[in-house]
Amino acid sequence: MMSSIFDYTLASAREALRARKVSAVELVDAHIDAIERLDDGLNSFITRTPEQARLAAKEADALLARGEGGSLCGLPIGIKDLFATEGVRTTAASKILGNFVPPYESTVTANLKRDGAISLGKLNLDEFAMGSTNLTSAFGGVENPWKRCDSDAKLVPGGSSGGSAAAVAAGLVLGATGTDTGGSIRQPAAFCGITGIKPTYGRCSRFGTIAFASSLDQAGPMARTLQDCAILLESMAGFDPKDSTSVDRPVPHYEAALGRGVKGLKVGIPKEYRIDGLPAEIEAIWQQGIDWLKEAGAEVVEISLPHTKYGLPAYYIAALAEASSNLARYDGVRFGERVQGASLDALYEATRAAGFGDEVKRRILLGTYVLSSGYYDAYYLRAQKVRTLLQRDFLKAYETVDVILAPTAPSGAFAWDEKPTDPVQVYLNDVFTVPASMAGVPALSVPAGLDSRGVPLGLQLIGRFFDEETLLAAGSVLEKAASFTHRPTIHAGVSA
Amino acid sequence: MSLDARTVAKMARLARVGLSDEQVHTYQKEMQGIIGWVDQLNEVDVTDVPPMIGTGLAQPRLRDDQVTDGDCREKVLSNAPDREGPFYTVPKVVE
Amino acid sequence: MSAYRITGETGEWEVIVGLEVHAQIVSQSKLFSGASAEYGGEPNTHVSLVDAGFPGMLPVLNRECVAQAVRTGLGLRAQINLFSRFDRKNYFYADLPTGYQISQFEHPIVGKGTVEIELSDGEVRHIGVTRMHMEQDAGKSIHDQDPTRSFIDLNRAGVALMEIVSEPDIRSPEEAGAYIRKLRQILRYLGTCDGNMEEGSMRADVNVSVRREGEEGYRTRCEIKNVNSVRFVMQAIEVEAQRQVDIWESGGEIDQETRLFDHVKSETRSLRTKEDAHDYRYFPESDLLPLVIEQSWVDELKAALPELPEDKRARLEKEYGVSRYESGVLTAEQSVADFYETVARGADARLATNWILGDFFAALNRTGRTIEDSPVSAEALRELLSLISDSTINGKIAKEVFEDMVETGEKASVIVDRKGLRQVTDTGAIEAAINDILAANADKVAEYKSGKDKLFGFFVGQTMKAMKGKANPAMVNELLKKLLAS
Repeated sequence: MMSSIFDYTLASAREALRARKVSAVELVDAHIDAIERLDDGLNSFITRTPEQARLAAKEADALLARGEGGSLCGLPIGIKDLFATEGVRTTAASKILGNFVPPYESTVTANLKRDGAISLGKLNLDEFAMGSTNLTSAFGGVENPWKRCDSDAKLVPGGSSGGSAAAVAAGLVLGATGTDTGGSIRQPAAFCGITGIKPTYGRCSRFGTIAFASSLDQAGPMARTLQDCAILLESMAGFDPKDSTSVDRPVPHYEAALGRGVKGLKVGIPKEYRIDGLPAEIEAIWQQGIDWLKEAGAEVVEISLPHTKYGLPAYYIAALAEASSNLARYDGVRFGERVQGASLDALYEATRAAGFGDEVKRRILLGTYVLSSGYYDAYYLRAQKVRTLLQRDFLKAYETVDVILAPTAPSGAFAWDEKPTDPVQVYLNDVFTVPASMAGVPALSVPAGLDSRGVPLGLQLIGRFFDEETLLAAGSVLEKAASFTHRPTIHAGVSA
Repeated sequence: MSLDARTVAKMARLARVGLSDEQVHTYQKEMQGIIGWVDQLNEVDVTDVPPMIGTGLAQPRLRDDQVTDGDCREKVLSNAPDREGPFYTVPKVVE
Repeated sequence: MSAYRITGETGEWEVIVGLEVHAQIVSQSKLFSGASAEYGGEPNTHVSLVDAGFPGMLPVLNRECVAQAVRTGLGLRAQINLFSRFDRKNYFYADLPTGYQISQFEHPIVGKGTVEIELSDGEVRHIGVTRMHMEQDAGKSIHDQDPTRSFIDLNRAGVALMEIVSEPDIRSPEEAGAYIRKLRQILRYLGTCDGNMEEGSMRADVNVSVRREGEEGYRTRCEIKNVNSVRFVMQAIEVEAQRQVDIWESGGEIDQETRLFDHVKSETRSLRTKEDAHDYRYFPESDLLPLVIEQSWVDELKAALPELPEDKRARLEKEYGVSRYESGVLTAEQSVADFYETVARGADARLATNWILGDFFAALNRTGRTIEDSPVSAEALRELLSLISDSTINGKIAKEVFEDMVETGEKASVIVDRKGLRQVTDTGAIEAAINDILAANADKVAEYKSGKDKLFGFFVGQTMKAMKGKANPAMVNELLKKLLAS
């Protein structure tokens, strides 16, 4: 097969740019062209910014020609439309922010820009990052570029960072930013056959990222390889005085950790993750992962995370409570879409009725309920106590193991029309990703193989606080062993 | 705990989300289901367990008292749906 | 003092009052943003994107505001909580950009304390402080610029406030007034709040209930919101207590509710709010970490605390021999006390006290000036008093010099020289003047000598007149006695 510009990973493109084997303009143009060819169907972008990207590419080439430019100079990426980008519409995939143009830049995207990354636009997501299918976007659902081998049905890319996952998988960008509140990076990464990292809470600044649940939201990279994720994370991460929850500690050179191997590492297998009804294929890929790590010299032990079962309901209470408050600012007064009303309250009610989609409204109502007078102790306070127990589970486990291996999601990508109508069934998608979010520990997902219908499945590694490096080392072993080179049906490198 | 339609309507008012009666009905059913599901948390013994506030990772940090921001009225008002000169506007509030 | 009672048809009623005082913290920038906290400014200029609640904006706590809260707590002799936390108070309002106010609900920074008040008859009472916490101010709605719309200015949004909550220990309008004035005095001494009620730097929510004399427990209370002067707080308590007594006596019930005080009509009226409108859904603010402060920092702040009014008062009484009443007046404002001490230190303290409480205050009143922009500086006044003490001028001339100082701003010694007011202590000159007067008034001298002692004053007056007031009065007396006796 002839090599194409779409065979580049972020890392190999970086080398090629520095060696002047390819120019930033060529790279960016090719990806803009791919977006134009494919994205009217995939719908992974909400806003495309080709003009800005081309200008930036020219500047990048000038820098590269002089041997200058940052670590990401000239590399085309996509930005989840939850990160505020100065002068570029930022919607959170909500009608209520349909025309919002922030006069400020999020810290994470500012860091990427500082290092020379070139944004091709803003990527689709579930409205306000609330969902795991990317079907709740006010700008339409995103199509997973993968197809089942036996059907042409549109599959969901997962969510909420579904646009990011789909765009990376389809080769429209070399990498993307995501955010993860309860699995929103890891689950779509698994569904789309790519890699994604949810760093330790506090590792990436939340400043300028539209909030869903403040105590859980964490930005992270999504790309086709772990090395690419490591490169992006090194740029995105870092202390930010504008975010009080940002942690002040140096950012390691993550790429250096990739080759460490797992010899002598202890890997925990949480028995509570073997839930009833777990599909055999998921069970099998999990076992495969265990074997790979063993073969590479890791010691695998069974561990217990006894409160796992309660992670999901506790997560929904905590996240929705925070969300109900975080979304109060969308009131049609200072920014966003307004629907007139005769009184102030009528304006609020009409604006928010028209501006928010069903899932967001449901979550706001639930969040309001669990905080309301008489229910606070029974729901919110209890959930936060359970959260303490969930965190203790992990801390206890890390007394004996270095990293935990689990499936990323209980299934592969499902079809658009297979999305359950019962919200609780939809929430169950997050069952394996939520506990790490609740504890604040880092986790990643790597593609491990395909299921019997040709749809990718992911494996999840969960690490110690701020030990993204061990995650990368172990992840790298899985990545090598899996040698996941499959490509989705819809891909920039495939001529139509 | 049962969550009736009146409660849903009350939450909608508190959250300033306008709902039709039909929507109240739909949300009531869904929310009832979700609340029924989260009620499993009652099985957990949380005696003497402190609630988790944040992840406990960052160090408490205080800012110096200096004027470093503000004086950016155009930025502040540029996205306002109904701006009047230097002000935001809302329908007249009668106290 | 006899207790404050409302006499109803069926007996005597006692008034129970608790106050929640909102005081703006003195700081350069806002509680959670770097925008200016200065009062005024063009609309929406003292506003950052954090204050306007833009998506993704995050609060970062201002160290000085925390220090000010700690200083205030120390000034109220209250417990300082090394662990405190911010919560969100959720409600929708036009001037509340984020839809929640960041406040301290469950874990305030300051716990129990006390404020000592003194009533007009000298009785001293201690009013308990339940707690004090930090919170954000809201913006301002302007209702009179447009027929159908209200305009929103967020300059105040996010400015740091302290809410000081008293125990229901207050028993009369006078006590409420004394409590607020005392609080204001303490905060101004500490420099933690400027106490400017016109600019809204201090305002109070007033909780009022009544009970029959001798009754145990409390009856339902009403909260009168946002009262912005001491006088209005006192009036509001008076009319609200009377309203409640009337209702109880006519067999009615008081509804626990929020009311507004209308000072024009001198009545309170219900702020009728929709049922279930208020459910603030407090929960921890997860954009901020819990506030943990070190005892060593508290100790540092304590060591650097200025002298508090009560301590200063006691010290002035001891050091300068001023009376309890005088010390009260002299310490009402820190600036007055400072002025006083500058004058009195190393001078004749009694003379300084009399002058400041007398001629000096009168001059301020007359000229409508304050001590900060006094026409006569403390140093200038001290010089004037030193001229009296060293007999350069006498007391009467000093008053004339002082008036000149107020008018011209010149130094006392300059005026004395310019006008030639230096006191005459030359025995010869005074003797000569006396001899002239005795010669011209031989009849009066005879009357005096025959026993009409009262005429001595006449001779003094004539002498002083002849000497244009500049003679040393003690010498005039002495010489007159001698010459009249000869």
